[in-house]
Amino acid sequence: MTNHALDARYLLCPLPVIRTQNKIKNLNTGDLLVVICTDPGAINDIPMWCRINGHKVINTATAGNEITITIEANNN
Amino acid sequence: MPGTPKAVALISGGLDSMLAAKVILEQGIHVEGINFFTGFCVEGHTHAIRKRDRARQKRNNALWVAEQLGIKLHIIDVIDEYKDIVINPKHGYGTHLNPCLDCKGFMVGKAKQWMEEHRFDFIITGEVMGQRPMSQRKNTMPIVARESGANDRLLRPLCARLLAPTLPEREGWVTRDRLFDFSGRSRKPQMALAQRYGFKDYAQPAGGCCFLTNEHYAAKLTDLWQTRGSKAYELDDIMLLKVGRHLRPRPHFKLIIAREEGENNFLEGYRRQYTHFRPLSHNGPIALLDGTADATDLQLAARLVARYSQGRAAHSVQVGVTEKNGNTRTLDVMPLSNNDIPQKWYI
Repeated sequence: MTNHALDARYLLCPLPVIRTQNKIKNLNTGDLLVVICTDPGAINDIPMWCRINGHKVINTATAGNEITITIEANNN
Repeated sequence: MPGTPKAVALISGGLDSMLAAKVILEQGIHVEGINFFTGFCVEGHTHAIRKRDRARQKRNNALWVAEQLGIKLHIIDVIDEYKDIVINPKHGYGTHLNPCLDCKGFMVGKAKQWMEEHRFDFIITGEVMGQRPMSQRKNTMPIVARESGANDRLLRPLCARLLAPTLPEREGWVTRDRLFDFSGRSRKPQMALAQRYGFKDYAQPAGGCCFLTNEHYAAKLTDLWQTRGSKAYELDDIMLLKVGRHLRPRPHFKLIIAREEGENNFLEGYRRQYTHFRPLSHNGPIALLDGTADATDLQLAARLVARYSQGRAAHSVQVGVTEKNGNTRTLDVMPLSNNDIPQKWYI
């Protein structure tokens, strides 16, 4: 299991979702991806994308304008 | 064909594509959704930018539809490839700058590419014959099938019975009798089918899902092309057309003036790429200057910005001007009055 990061700040949805999708595609199952974004819609859209595509959201946190979402990849 | 047939569904987030996917799921087909991001999608952006819209529950309708249907959704960035469709549409534009027929052919073509790469068998769309004046007519639907290269692997479940049988029907992957014959602009058949499936909450059509169908947006894009002397754009250009008041007081520059706090925050992100203005003595919006401006132009621009500040009735407003190289100075200006601003300045 390895940790990865994705900076999706200042991108508007769906771009943070697209970047997350494209990044996760190349991860191994069990890898963690930490996505940082600023579009307030991302806090709904990224977890929704994870649910329908079988990935697990480990944590979401908001600090100021920044939203951090930690995802465990499942590419099985 | 061994195993369960697989269909890729174009999911816009609206009711029709949701129903089309459901109709095919009901026939035991494995369905996955695909959604294209062109940069012109109305979905979410004004919502994300404008603070006053944030109180409403924000959701990406395509993702929401996929979740309701229990299918995967793949969102594809086609921003660069899509430029040629907007700039050089083979079949021309609709009422504004909407290249609907070329757009549909492009998206079905991209879906076909995805279908082949992922070993799927056919494509489904939520098209209804006669529903759209350009891309969903009886005589244009075959054009989409042909020019996309999808041909008879393109199935429109909501109006399939008005069209010749497609490969999935002929092969018996789907039963034609369980497809539909919807036509025209009435939404009643779709709403009845939605009720049958128990879909109570779905996105209501509200003037299309694409900014290119919007009269005001199209005017701003036309202005951009005319002043630059070529039909070209980058993602930042088309994003900025969605935000703020756009005024062109002189042919060689325009101002983008934030209308509220959310837009102010959004335009802040672009301030290093543009000469920008900010009222200092009074509260007021940030404004970006797109183009070139000499000292006289900067004065005029500052007076316009002052007009939209809380000092609009004051004799003098201090406006900070920061150029792209970072040089900053303060201009003391008298705000323009409404009568000083010709209507033709508004783009």
